[in-house]
Amino acid sequence: MPNVSLTVNGKAVSRDVDTRTLLVQFLRENLGLTGTHIGCDTTQCGACTVHVDGKALKSCTVLALQVEGKTVRTIEGLADGEKLHPMQEAFREHHGLQCGFCTPGMIMSAVDLLNRHKSPSEETIRHELEGNLCRCTGYANIVKAVQAAASAPRG
Amino acid sequence: MYPFAYHRATSVDNALATLASAVDGKLLAGGMTLLPTLKQRLASPSDLIDLAGIADLNKITATATVVSIGAMARHAEVAASEAIRNVLPALTQLASLIGDPQVRNMGTIGGSVANNDPAADYPAALLGLGATVVTNRRSITADDFFKGMFETALDAGEMIVRVDFPVPRRAGYEKFRNPASRYATVGVFVAETSGGVRVAVTGAAPCVFRHKDMEAALAKSFSAAAVANIKTPATGLNADIHASADYRAHLVGVITQRAVTKAIG
Repeated sequence: MPNVSLTVNGKAVSRDVDTRTLLVQFLRENLGLTGTHIGCDTTQCGACTVHVDGKALKSCTVLALQVEGKTVRTIEGLADGEKLHPMQEAFREHHGLQCGFCTPGMIMSAVDLLNRHKSPSEETIRHELEGNLCRCTGYANIVKAVQAAASAPRG
Repeated sequence: MYPFAYHRATSVDNALATLASAVDGKLLAGGMTLLPTLKQRLASPSDLIDLAGIADLNKITATATVVSIGAMARHAEVAASEAIRNVLPALTQLASLIGDPQVRNMGTIGGSVANNDPAADYPAALLGLGATVVTNRRSITADDFFKGMFETALDAGEMIVRVDFPVPRRAGYEKFRNPASRYATVGVFVAETSGGVRVAVTGAAPCVFRHKDMEAALAKSFSAAAVANIKTPATGLNADIHASADYRAHLVGVITQRAVTKAIG
């Protein structure tokens, strides 16, 4: 089996993998990082969204081997110890989740969108979150949470 | 997925040599179509040759006359390119409407064009602008490139290196999106170029096509009103659960008018 070496949440990791291993499988099954969820497994729902070299992508549609040498950040890599990332805090504060299944992907996409849009309008937030589905249809509070995080001081 | 061997190409020549030595190899660009296809076991290539590590294959350059986009340029890179927006804003806008942000961070122009999905956006831009597809061995005009549903003029063992778009006087792209897939139910790219007006329609038929009646009307008067009464025959158009052929034919008219309005700005 080929080897893949990359950085995940600041730690260097290296594993032998079947060529077919998807990034999301690698994270969940090889590294035990189950915060990244598999929702639809068809590139639609966005529950599996992680950052690779700072950009959001759907880890159910990327081979682990494609991220050789790259830097991956998952939902587990956002908080600073016990201190939640401002986006996580905003989702908690504004009740931006109902069942919570879509939340890790939603938060990773929201962080990516704030990296690219400093003060996004509600329309921009909704357009930018098109790759993430919430089956509880809790979008109103998700958008509110992202708006709150956008206007909060950022470190 | 069925088992496959995985290779990281180091150059275009290396990729094509690996492809040639494989029993049934496939080039992997962004993988936004290929990987879902493999996951559904609709294809079983013996080898995947990943192009992402080839230097300069994602290069974007723009002058007052030509926008040149490397095959591995991601949709997000095109959408965010100031250099392209300055001379051809219709193209950055088109790229910003493909899929969703995560898909745009992976999907590439070369992959999209080589796949020639009947509902993809880029084929409309290539055909609407009269672009040239540059491969490892030749240049192919967009008019000659798109052959049919998922069919192109590419030979086995040939690979897209970049796409060159001539900068038009003005251009506009409008898309009626399928709300779930965000592919075009109907998308129309309109361009007024030095060689005349071009109108390319995607999503409506099995393959992107030029709408000659619209082009003739717009050549006389470049306005939405000029195409308001031009009917598009429904014969041969796509029909599915989302839209009948008649509805798509109607949409071609409406969307063309909107694209013209956008081009006028």
